[in-house]
Amino acid sequence: MKTIIFAVLVLLVMGAAFGAILAFAAKVFAVEKDPREEAIAGCLPGANCGGCGYPGCGGYAAAVVAGTAPVNACAAGGEAVAKQIAEIMGVSAGETVKQIAAVRCTGCGVDHTKYNYVGVQDCLAASRLPGGGPLGCDYGCLGFGTCEKVCPFDAIHVINGVAVVDEEKCKACSKCVDACPRHIIALEPYKTKKHVAIPCSSHAKGPVVTKVCSNGCIGCSLCAKACPKEAITMDNFLAKIDYDKCIGCGICAQKCPRGLITVDGVVPEKKPAPAAKPAAPAAAPAAEEKPAEAPAVEAPKAEETAPAAPTEEAPKAE
Amino acid sequence: MDWKNLLTIAMGAILINNFIFSQFLGICPFMGVSKSTDTASGMGLAVTFVMGLASAVCWPINHFILTSETLFPDGNNLAFMQTIVYILVIASLVQFIEMFLQKSMPSLYTALGVYLPLITTNCAVLGVVLQNTQNSYNFIESVAYGITGGLGFLLAIYLFAAVREKLEYSECPKAFEGFPIALVTAGLLALSFGGFSGLKLFG
Repeated sequence: MKTIIFAVLVLLVMGAAFGAILAFAAKVFAVEKDPREEAIAGCLPGANCGGCGYPGCGGYAAAVVAGTAPVNACAAGGEAVAKQIAEIMGVSAGETVKQIAAVRCTGCGVDHTKYNYVGVQDCLAASRLPGGGPLGCDYGCLGFGTCEKVCPFDAIHVINGVAVVDEEKCKACSKCVDACPRHIIALEPYKTKKHVAIPCSSHAKGPVVTKVCSNGCIGCSLCAKACPKEAITMDNFLAKIDYDKCIGCGICAQKCPRGLITVDGVVPEKKPAPAAKPAAPAAAPAAEEKPAEAPAVEAPKAEETAPAAPTEEAPKAE
Repeated sequence: MDWKNLLTIAMGAILINNFIFSQFLGICPFMGVSKSTDTASGMGLAVTFVMGLASAVCWPINHFILTSETLFPDGNNLAFMQTIVYILVIASLVQFIEMFLQKSMPSLYTALGVYLPLITTNCAVLGVVLQNTQNSYNFIESVAYGITGGLGFLLAIYLFAAVREKLEYSECPKAFEGFPIALVTAGLLALSFGGFSGLKLFG
């Protein structure tokens, strides 16, 4: 009996003592929390998706108050939330550029397969095979829809053997970007101006590309030379657009001998080459209206010779 | 104090009877926060800190209250209460440390982050204080066992995190991706630590 009483007593006293110490400590060591933190956490979606790169909405709110996170980092909340947070923090939100995933392949290589693939209908499985899958092009979309399976928004579908992004549904969560074994999906800013895109990922040299695909980038660098803003750079036989510099003029699309570059999703028709010969070289912004002399002549057919020929012709025209 | 004795305790806690690999204590944080070496070392240090402190606090409570000879001269002491009292002590201690750190050492608090409250229910901490009692260590031995046990935990979780970082890049069957292959890896690591068992210091 004595033991029971003692046991209860000891536990009671200890519990009370520890409770008192903790209560005391909570007062003494109280840390003032910034009221803005709670206000920000209040207007965040509260989904704790982690899209901002912080551990949950609370972590992001703390980071904003600490000044280490931008006010517009919440992708799920979008511009509305960014504005609210900016108001709380007393700064301007700036522009949040909406992004979408873009598949950098037009899928024109589906007819050029190396062998008949009957295995697991999954890009990852197919890409592990000898030769990197059945597709002739080493960089093209395999079209088994691994991206389609991972998309939580039903925004990407394989249509005619190539993945196509539904621009309305895409939330730029970049799940497909990570899933694609070929790494041909990337985030691009969405229609801030005329949207110019180079939907090809092939780093292969021109002759190789022309064998396996009818419009892939052959690395002729005509677009890079024609761009008035130097927004296009050549990366190992592949033209890439720097969207910070691109003004959406579409000159590159006119110049492209492969008819690859799109403006707002479509390949623009080649303007007939104006017979007049303007003095300004192609690089000047004034050249906007007179593009496409060489490509109009060479046009999509002269595939093999296209890279070299136009560059020789350009100086002559002057 | 016999330094040989302390060294034996330390070696035993770190290598031979490693808390994770041979006693299977603290597996939860070991699996949960070993995705990168940064967080793993943070967790390991936090556990080391709390284990050492818990040993230091629990020893006098056990010695002067629960098994006190002056309070219980007839031997009917409260040794059976050890587990529940230790749980109470550890939980309050961790809470207290958290508040204290938040106020006085914010940098350390942010470094330990979410791992500190996680330790509240860490069985490795409870395990170390219970083993202190079982092995009837004195105060210094208890603290030594607590700290070196924590260091053993740190070693284990750091090694495992380093392996897991590499594991991210390896190709393994879909069904094994992520957690399953991590469990298999942990088993293999434990096997290698099994090589230390039976190691005898000082004859």
